[in-house]
Amino acid sequence: MTRATSALLRGDLQLIADMIAPESRVLDVGCGDGTLLAHLVRDKRVDGRGIEISTAGVNACVSAGLSVIQGNAETDLFDYPDAAFDYVVLSQTLQAVHEPKVILQQLLRIGRHAVVSLPNFAHWRLRWYLLFRGRMPKSEVLSFEWYDTPNIHLCSIQDFVGLCRDLGIVIERSVCLDHKGLRHRISRSMALANLLGEQAVFLLRRS
Amino acid sequence: MMTPRNGGGVSAAEQIVSLPGHCVHLGTHHPLILDCGAALSAFPVAYQTYGTLNAARSNAILICHALTGDQFVAETHPVTGKPGWWANMVGPGLPLDTDRYCILCINVLGGCMGSAGPDSVNPDTGEPWGLSFPVITIADMVRAQAMVLDHLGIDRLFAVIGGSMGGMQVLEWASLYPHRVFAAVPIAATAQHSAQNIAFHEVGRQAIMADPDWCGGDYWRYGKNPHRGLAVARMAAHITYLSEHKLTEKFGRRLQGRAEVTYGFDADFQVESYLRHQGISFVERFDANSYLYITRAMDYFDMAARHNGVLANAFRDTRVRFCVISFTSDWLYPTAESRRIVKALNAVAADVSFAEISSNNGHDAFLLDEPEFRRVLSGFLDGAAAHRGLPPAKHGT
Repeated sequence: MTRATSALLRGDLQLIADMIAPESRVLDVGCGDGTLLAHLVRDKRVDGRGIEISTAGVNACVSAGLSVIQGNAETDLFDYPDAAFDYVVLSQTLQAVHEPKVILQQLLRIGRHAVVSLPNFAHWRLRWYLLFRGRMPKSEVLSFEWYDTPNIHLCSIQDFVGLCRDLGIVIERSVCLDHKGLRHRISRSMALANLLGEQAVFLLRRS
Repeated sequence: MMTPRNGGGVSAAEQIVSLPGHCVHLGTHHPLILDCGAALSAFPVAYQTYGTLNAARSNAILICHALTGDQFVAETHPVTGKPGWWANMVGPGLPLDTDRYCILCINVLGGCMGSAGPDSVNPDTGEPWGLSFPVITIADMVRAQAMVLDHLGIDRLFAVIGGSMGGMQVLEWASLYPHRVFAAVPIAATAQHSAQNIAFHEVGRQAIMADPDWCGGDYWRYGKNPHRGLAVARMAAHITYLSEHKLTEKFGRRLQGRAEVTYGFDADFQVESYLRHQGISFVERFDANSYLYITRAMDYFDMAARHNGVLANAFRDTRVRFCVISFTSDWLYPTAESRRIVKALNAVAADVSFAEISSNNGHDAFLLDEPEFRRVLSGFLDGAAAHRGLPPAKHGT
């Protein structure tokens, strides 16, 4: 199941995959049904592991031969030793954790690199939505109602870059995807990326 | 079927027993030194095999059986006439596919299905060991199993798999012989027997020892059998293998073959009748002293203790691929125990999968037909087989 769908990766997953070197050690935190992990194991021959909170996701992954544990990023990352992985991936999850700062630090403790993808809350469509409708913005990427959303720590691309600066984290690469799925380098113009990027992917390392 | 590497020489030492399967005498040249300090020499170990060992001897899976299990995993049991305890898992096209793997199961040391235990004969006296049999540990069981593999010329197992006490052996295998295990699957297991686990076992042991027919462990000498004590031990233990939900669903407060309670102590309730049946049928196939020894081995099991109290140290630098599996309604070795194992394996960055299977069947779920469990186990083994370079399944399961 996982393998069959991995030929077509979701846009941000393809961006993440492009940032990961072949034959490296990868931990995918919140790996879902293992789509990205299966792709990385098959096409990049990585030594891949995953953590997933949902039983259905874990069982799908393990049934597909992936090394995945049932666990919670907010408690289980602390178990891993320092620099255990070349890359730790956190895809579309940082905005849903209670302590994004702590999790970010954990990612870069156990991984030499972290690859983080985020929805950008400053995307022009969301700004427009709030400005003219006066209601909490929703989009394809952010589809929840305000009262049942798991996204408790939404931020903009600019916010995230600021946090990295405060934590002394080096952004090696950063790319955003606009609502048509086109890629833009964030380093070219932060203000523009912050307006046009619907999602962003960052390759991070400790300074 | 496989042949011993050093065929002729060893087969002379093999004892032909009335049970099906194989029996080898080990420790004739180098005795097995047990954790208690005693040395065991020229002791029998009985095992059974299913499937064929490939030329590279790389497709062997060792199944470690539980407390009251034995080596007759996938065939009609020679004593009870019932199907093998994992017949739903082991066979052609099943998760433990005998068309792909050579499946081995070894009766544990201390057991009573052909391996050395208190009911086997002490070669020094010509009489059954009884309570003079040395107290054994889970690690001793595993060391004896490793000697069987030496005998068979299997340097490295593709996988070692087991539920409950079998899972404890799996953990010991991965810890004692990491280079001899490619993949390890501890199921519904624990790395340490808890106070509650020990407490239930003590109830069982006291039931056996309180039976006058136990005769201080020498019942064989007097032609007796403490079957009542052993049956009570089994009844108490059996409750721990189920779940409250399962008991309620299966029996509720339904009466056994009567419309009213009898105001007496017959088995008025179906659940009583069921437990009595479990107890009675168990004594036909199990030795009371063996029950004492094996429960003791489980009680002594504490992997962290041997490693300065740090479980992770038992697996440092391991290359073994682990798949830890637990069941939601198992309160004997609950998911928290499996998580503790996973936590330790993560601490050494081991290659580990962990799945909790949703089931109402309690601890015994690992013996039953649980589709999700089968999928997870098959998927893990397929993935591991690909990494090990073993050919995929023929019938695309």
